[in-house]
Amino acid sequence: MRGFLVLRVVAKLLMPFMLVFALYVQFHGDFSPGGGFQAGVIIAATIIFYALIFGLPAARKLMPEPLVETMVALGVLIYAGVGVAGLLLGGNYLDYFVLAHSPVHGQERGIFWVEVGVAVTVSGVMTKIFYMFAGRKRSAEEE
Amino acid sequence: MIEELIVIVLLALMAVLTLGIALQRNMYAVVVLSGAYSFLMATALVALDAVDVAMTEASVGAGISTVLLLGALYLCGGEEAKPLTRPWLPLVLALVISGALVYGTLGLPAFSDPMAPINTHVVPRYLHDALKETGVPNVVTAVLASYRGYDTLGETTVVFTAGAGVIALLRRIRRRKDGEQKS
Repeated sequence: MRGFLVLRVVAKLLMPFMLVFALYVQFHGDFSPGGGFQAGVIIAATIIFYALIFGLPAARKLMPEPLVETMVALGVLIYAGVGVAGLLLGGNYLDYFVLAHSPVHGQERGIFWVEVGVAVTVSGVMTKIFYMFAGRKRSAEEE
Repeated sequence: MIEELIVIVLLALMAVLTLGIALQRNMYAVVVLSGAYSFLMATALVALDAVDVAMTEASVGAGISTVLLLGALYLCGGEEAKPLTRPWLPLVLALVISGALVYGTLGLPAFSDPMAPINTHVVPRYLHDALKETGVPNVVTAVLASYRGYDTLGETTVVFTAGAGVIALLRRIRRRKDGEQKS
């Protein structure tokens, strides 16, 4: 798709808005529809969009494979880490009340980090699956 | 009334799409039709006030999975082979099962019935106390991340496992290919 000037220009114009929308969905998820899962999918969709227009190598430069693979595991670790932090601070596993000086603030902090973990894992997995599918050649071309 | 009408029109369109998907032999058309199906589903969910689910359906069902399916079709070709035998037995089986499912829905409480068991158990507590207890006005987020935090941890682990599974399956093939090229 390297020759399509309109697509490339429009893609470059759209991508910042998609990313900002993903951040909005992520961090405004407490007040409006959305949350970590949806934001993660939108981030992955942005990268896939970029890969479709500019090619897979360019997307791999933007989001290198080691980073994506780290994100796959990191999100779950963040989520589980919030639970362990609750344990260390004297609560039950995934008990957010102890994470800050007041229970409500603790809840807000816990939900924030949990959602971050979900977004990181989901965007990593979606991007990685796309890389895996798109990185393969047809069986006829291999021979 | 108007909401009911919208939902009925959407469901009718989805039924038409399902028939189209079943009859269509070209897989590219099937993928595009199922993307349209997901968008209709998302719209129906918006009409039912389930905006969070609608957002997920639109982004995952219509967006990412359409792209992934098209990528898979690019690898394996887009025409469905004609079945060798007439699939009467699966058809009868599917009809019987769907009949049983429809019969099962007759026993469900009416939609958004306030006296239904699901609306009398913990839901009132979530709706009344979620803001006070968690400071999060969006009850869906509060339930998802706080009250049902364990479930969401499980879901995240499922997503992680899916990613790890795809990596394990596809990477092995690529390595073997590299080995073949070297030899």
